[in-house]
Amino acid sequence: MKRIAVTVNGTRRESEVEPRQLLVIHLREDLGLTGTKIGCDTTSCGACTVLIDGKSVKSCNVLAVQADGREVTTIEGLAADGTMHPLQEAFRNNHGLQCGYCTPGMIMAALSLIDAGTPLEDEEDIRLALEGNLCRCTGYQNIVKSIKDAAGQMRSSASA
Amino acid sequence: MIPEPFEYEVAESADHALELLGRFGTDAKLLAGGHSLLPLMKLRLALPPALVDIGRLSDLSYIRDNGDAIAVGALTCHEDLQFSDVLKQHCPIVSHAAGEIGDPQVRHRGTIGGAVSHGDPAADLASVLLTLDAEFVIHSTSGDRVVPAADFFKDLFEVDISTQEMLTEIRIPKLQGAGWSYQKFHARAQDWAVVGVAAVVNRSNGSIDAAVGLTTMGDTPLRARAVEEALSSGADVATASQEADRDTNPPDDHMGSAGYRRELSKVLTRRALEESLSR
Ligand SMILES: Cc1cc2nc3c(=O)[nH]c(=O)nc-3n(C[C@H](O)[C@H](O)[C@H](O)COP(=O)(O)OP(=O)(O)OC[C@H]3O[C@@H](n4cnc5c(N)ncnc54)[C@H](O)[C@@H]3O)c2cc1C
Ligand code: FES
Ligand code: FES
Repeated sequence: MKRIAVTVNGTRRESEVEPRQLLVIHLREDLGLTGTKIGCDTTSCGACTVLIDGKSVKSCNVLAVQADGREVTTIEGLAADGTMHPLQEAFRNNHGLQCGYCTPGMIMAALSLIDAGTPLEDEEDIRLALEGNLCRCTGYQNIVKSIKDAAGQMRSSASA
Repeated sequence: MIPEPFEYEVAESADHALELLGRFGTDAKLLAGGHSLLPLMKLRLALPPALVDIGRLSDLSYIRDNGDAIAVGALTCHEDLQFSDVLKQHCPIVSHAAGEIGDPQVRHRGTIGGAVSHGDPAADLASVLLTLDAEFVIHSTSGDRVVPAADFFKDLFEVDISTQEMLTEIRIPKLQGAGWSYQKFHARAQDWAVVGVAAVVNRSNGSIDAAVGLTTMGDTPLRARAVEEALSSGADVATASQEADRDTNPPDDHMGSAGYRRELSKVLTRRALEESLSR
């Protein structure tokens, strides 16, 4: 067993984990944060996307010990004081989900792209930038719309 | 899928990593980004008894202009290669190819050192670095040795690094204004290359001086020597491209048959040469 301390959504969480424990299972089963989903378990679908130090990663292919000392952000960390994050709001307003299984991963991937300054004005740019996330329900149209909407809002409020 | 149990230690420096490898024995593995190794361990295709985590060696994550070459630390992640101004200026084929790897999540974790050390003939950076005649700096307790790309890739998943050594730096010659292209053919944006073709081209007194490399066309990344020779003896691009699959041994798998890959390599070689000549 290894002792690790991971700052999850702003709170330091100390645990004992086996080195082979996957970060996604650590989050879901050890820390009870089941917002992050497991879709494929082969690093393909992006349902398990979380941020490590602000950058998107597929947590089914990261060991919990690799996150020791780092900051992890999951979907549970986005709403503040009962107010939804602009990305969550945009997915709701634009009907950006159907079953919702891919949504936490889509939102975390999009947040990383927005923070990194990735061009997202054009729908084609958004589609390409989302290459790591799959959705079996929506046909992507409204996901793309949601992200365009949120990126526009977040960037204009950041520059205001 | 959770991997089988293994011992795990975090390396504090390159020398500490070697010390840990010495202690754990020859079956232990270095863990960089884990984006080639962990999938294999989850599927039980790799069962290392111990992992030495070099993923925290931030002093081996750098991109430096060394005059004639760009020196890249082995732990530099694909995203840093993709957005590096130094590479975009002097080796744009490397930043372009890095941006073609997997998806943003993969590019945040995967490293250039892991991509080449794994010895996967499907690795985009491996064929690009072979085309550029890059050099690999291998560190061990007896010091550093420098291996040219032409000698580095030995066989399927086998490169010239022993179990008690570590790759620390890759030296990439600057393009010095040469035309370049990397043609990666895949059905979906995040996929590996069915076939990839890298080209770096200079025109010299009427003939074309080209280096051409192939991804997923054999057990290792390959140079398309027959294409290079045809061009230097005056063949036009369309004719020379027909030689792309000479001396290759492409795989037959769910992404494409060997015969399909042979034809594809010719088409992509022509496109890569044409694009290089237009730059
Ligand atoms: C979903 C997915 C899609 C991908 N798509 C592509 C793609 O399209 N194109 C592509 O080229 N790659 C692709 N990859 C692979 C990706 O580029 C990997 O990051 C890379 O191949 C390995 O880098 P790593 O740092 O993750 O290495 P690891 O997985 O940590 O290590 C790989 C191997 O190299 C050894 N190693 C690592 N670093 C060193 C070192 N410094 N010295 C000596 N040995 C070392 C390890 O011991 C291990 O055997 C993909 C991966 C995934 C998961
Ligand atoms: S569950 Fe991790 S990528 Fe699909
Ligand atoms: S909404 Fe169902 S998978 Fe995307």
